[in-house]
Amino acid sequence: MDELLGDFLAETGERIDLLEPELVRFEREPNNAEMLNAIFRLVHTIKGTCGFIGLQRLAKLAHAAETLMGQYRDGAPVTVESVSVILASLDRIKLILAGLEELGAEPPGSDDDLIGRLERLALTQAGVTQRPVDFSYLGEIGRPLQQGEVSLEDLERAWLEAPGPDGPAVPEFANRDLPTRSHTVRVGVDMLENLMTTVSELVLTRNQLLDLVRKNGKSEFKAPLQRLSTVTAELQEGVMKARLQPIANAWQKLPRLVRELSLDLGKSIDLELEGGETELDRQVLDLIKDPLTHMVRNAADHGIESSEERIKAGKPATGHITVRAGQEGGSIVIEVEDDGRGLSPAKIRYKALASHLATQAELDRLSDYDVYKFVFRPGFSTAGEVTEVSGRGVGMDVVRANIELIGGTIELKSTSGAGTVFRIKIPLTLAIMPALIVSAGAQRFAIPQFSVVELVRVGGSSEHKIERINKTPVLRLREKLLPLLDLAELLGLDEAGWEKNGSGDIALTVILMQMGPKVFGVLVESVFHAEDLVVKPMSSMLREIGMFSGNAILGDGSVIMIIDPNALGNAIAAVDLPEDKDLSAADETEALNVTATSLLIFRASTPVLKAVPLSLITRLEEFEAETIERMNGDDLVQYRGALMPIVYFEGDRRRNDGMQPVLVFTEADRPVGLAVDEIVDIVEEPLTIEIATDRPGMIGAAIVRGKATEIVDVSHYLAKGIGVRLKQGQLPGERDIAVLLVDDSQFFRNMLTPLLEASGYRVTAAGSAEEALVLKEKGVSFDLIISDLEMPGIDGLAFAEQLKGDAAWGDIPLIALSSYGSPKLIERTLKAGFVSHVGKFDRKGLMDTLEECCKKWGRAA
Amino acid sequence: MGTRGMSGQEIAEEQDFVTVVTAGQVFGLNLDRVRDVFVPRGLSPVPLAPPEVAGLLNLRGRIVTAVDLRRRLGLGPRHGSTAPVAVGIVDRGELYGLIVDAFGEVLRLPRSRCETNPVNLDERWANICDGVYQLEDGLMVVVDVDKVLAFDRAAPRADG
Repeated sequence: MDELLGDFLAETGERIDLLEPELVRFEREPNNAEMLNAIFRLVHTIKGTCGFIGLQRLAKLAHAAETLMGQYRDGAPVTVESVSVILASLDRIKLILAGLEELGAEPPGSDDDLIGRLERLALTQAGVTQRPVDFSYLGEIGRPLQQGEVSLEDLERAWLEAPGPDGPAVPEFANRDLPTRSHTVRVGVDMLENLMTTVSELVLTRNQLLDLVRKNGKSEFKAPLQRLSTVTAELQEGVMKARLQPIANAWQKLPRLVRELSLDLGKSIDLELEGGETELDRQVLDLIKDPLTHMVRNAADHGIESSEERIKAGKPATGHITVRAGQEGGSIVIEVEDDGRGLSPAKIRYKALASHLATQAELDRLSDYDVYKFVFRPGFSTAGEVTEVSGRGVGMDVVRANIELIGGTIELKSTSGAGTVFRIKIPLTLAIMPALIVSAGAQRFAIPQFSVVELVRVGGSSEHKIERINKTPVLRLREKLLPLLDLAELLGLDEAGWEKNGSGDIALTVILMQMGPKVFGVLVESVFHAEDLVVKPMSSMLREIGMFSGNAILGDGSVIMIIDPNALGNAIAAVDLPEDKDLSAADETEALNVTATSLLIFRASTPVLKAVPLSLITRLEEFEAETIERMNGDDLVQYRGALMPIVYFEGDRRRNDGMQPVLVFTEADRPVGLAVDEIVDIVEEPLTIEIATDRPGMIGAAIVRGKATEIVDVSHYLAKGIGVRLKQGQLPGERDIAVLLVDDSQFFRNMLTPLLEASGYRVTAAGSAEEALVLKEKGVSFDLIISDLEMPGIDGLAFAEQLKGDAAWGDIPLIALSSYGSPKLIERTLKAGFVSHVGKFDRKGLMDTLEECCKKWGRAA
Repeated sequence: MGTRGMSGQEIAEEQDFVTVVTAGQVFGLNLDRVRDVFVPRGLSPVPLAPPEVAGLLNLRGRIVTAVDLRRRLGLGPRHGSTAPVAVGIVDRGELYGLIVDAFGEVLRLPRSRCETNPVNLDERWANICDGVYQLEDGLMVVVDVDKVLAFDRAAPRADG
């Protein structure tokens, strides 16, 4: 095709797409002169260009439309009919353009019907103000296009010289559009895709290089590789950005759609679009266009009531549909909200029953929230009758399928009588995905992190065990039952693996996942690390497996399959397990919030992130390396008028120069400094130790902010510091106070025992209340008992009740430990017999309370 | 003569084949469809995949789906110490590697010498074979690359 013609087609197509929503807006705001000018300019440009390159049919039609629009500029009233005719003309123009693209010439046909209507409207509307139709310029310029004769410069000059509807409009257009034209380049989508693939491969190569250098330790490649790494990241980001488009491109057609629907359905509907500037990947954009259109169509057809109905219900006669978009972390959230009649759970239940999607018994078990989800099932439509507009068998199931295809989720909230909100969450880009690398059936798989809530260690020495109801494996976690899926079994790699392993001999990891309101656990053998994967589509030969959303090449060069979280969600739906009501989304997030812990994230010794609960740290300090002195082979620094021992991580040594960041812990009023390389961040997150380790100084690993992080055993380093102090003769005297620490979490036992011991208490630790009661039976006695409140089996409160009035232990002061403390809970704690309630990470609070108890009960040292 | 330059519009009188050996049988693949020959390394098996799929591997930064010709033909597993080789094939933009026992040579054969499949050929073979050549030292079965890749892709369930 002629290049000039190609450019014309692309540009005119875009201009018409721009014009449509403007016109719909104009119909409502006929007095908006600026909008009118914009529309007028667009039509005029189309007309001028068509005339210039000899497209007579288009030029005539555009001219007639322009004439009618000229009337509006002269103040004629805007009518529904005239806007409809102009929109119809735009459709015809598009049709001709499509033919042009195919045939290389205007398709034969007549537009007299439309031109006639346009002219008639122009005449009747304008009355005396009608301007004479001027076709003369067509005669001058409208010659047949000769190949290669017309250059772009000529075209632009011709635009400027062409007699416009008025003087200033044309130059203004030129000023507005020309500068952007010269600064932008039209690039084929293929080109961008190729670029993306190339960059992806560059990223892989870089990862492999980084791996190599990491293995070889010190290498002169380190510095240039670091630079390469940065440049690659920048390049990757740049290419990603080039692929981003404002979401407004996806909803350009919505205003016209709603306008036509409201005319067809005889309803009054307003459409509001918010956040059109939100950018997302072109690929994602293309994929959500249709679902979005479908949802708006549904809202207009099924959601919004007729004006009479609305007035009867006490609502404004005009219905509202709002489409809003925004970014939430690495995801884009799009909401389609209407203030219509909403969904009736009763009606859905009835429909589900009638269409055999569920039995009465199943329905009885479901909450309204879950009942709404039937809307997304194939073959389900709540509309009482099939209308012209929607309900032709293509339903929300297709929308859901399309959204899930790109790793998105869709949820709906509805209030009967007040409206419905569909909420779509989709990834910003499909090209790069942070994922956890796990092993199942002795093979590695990637699980996208967006669906992972937390990791739980089960079996082995862990406090969590897999249990089963009938044959369904479940996990008891924080008093709740979670359905479990065995990934290896699901993939046919290891049949009934959990039966063999889950009994407690071998430690496994449960990945807690959330898909919509559904929370479930996925059993894997282990979790290795997190990695940003460059996602490649699964071979078409393997797509029907349905378990994988794509595949990727790992840093070590091997190919890994990415598990589709939606497939897991669907698999759990197939498992017959009554959904625990307590596991609703709101409840779960609340549970997560209350247990959130402030963590200090830092680096030391190795590149892996390390974390320590912030509450354990007294201060963060920085010392000049030369101020750290060496005595008897130990490092000390003068700090607040005393000497503070500085301890180091395994493999770390004293710096020779520069500033040394130090975490200061206080041990019985004596500070100990732990030297680190770099303080990274402070985050508030629920802390769950996933992987316990035997390494000294390390409690285990957790996922913090999506990254594998080592949780440091502070006591180990404190002990080192105390060791230093012991040598230096600074340790406080030992007190003769026996403390029983009851906590089901090994983490806390490990952390608190040395802390308490360091303060001079003699500590006995028990992993459960039952264990503690065994000690009681044996006749062991203590001066103080510290007990966790949340424990499996006998919990803290029950434990305290049991001790009340006990001959042996009844008088021992009890201190409650809890990760959260509502006034109500504290009241219950005290009522149960505890003398005090202390937050789990409030180390100072615990020490003070202990001190106080000692004084009060007269046993202080 | 020398008809490869005829832009493929007319049926050439001769055709180039890449020969491979699997389970002692010589197969001929259309040279135009063969992208490269490589040694498959680091194969990741794909759970729930059709049995013909041997796994996925990384070939210079691109992911290749490996299809085992033995399994495609319903033959038993590979024995012996020599590493298998793979023939790289591009099909609708996707990369496939056809795993065979050994790589042979490149042959140019006149089309007229190609004979139709013997009627008693096993059905699994007949489905993917496109004729037979009588070579001096044996028979060469022509394998249609498209048909090799066109097998039932539905995931087999463990319970059959």
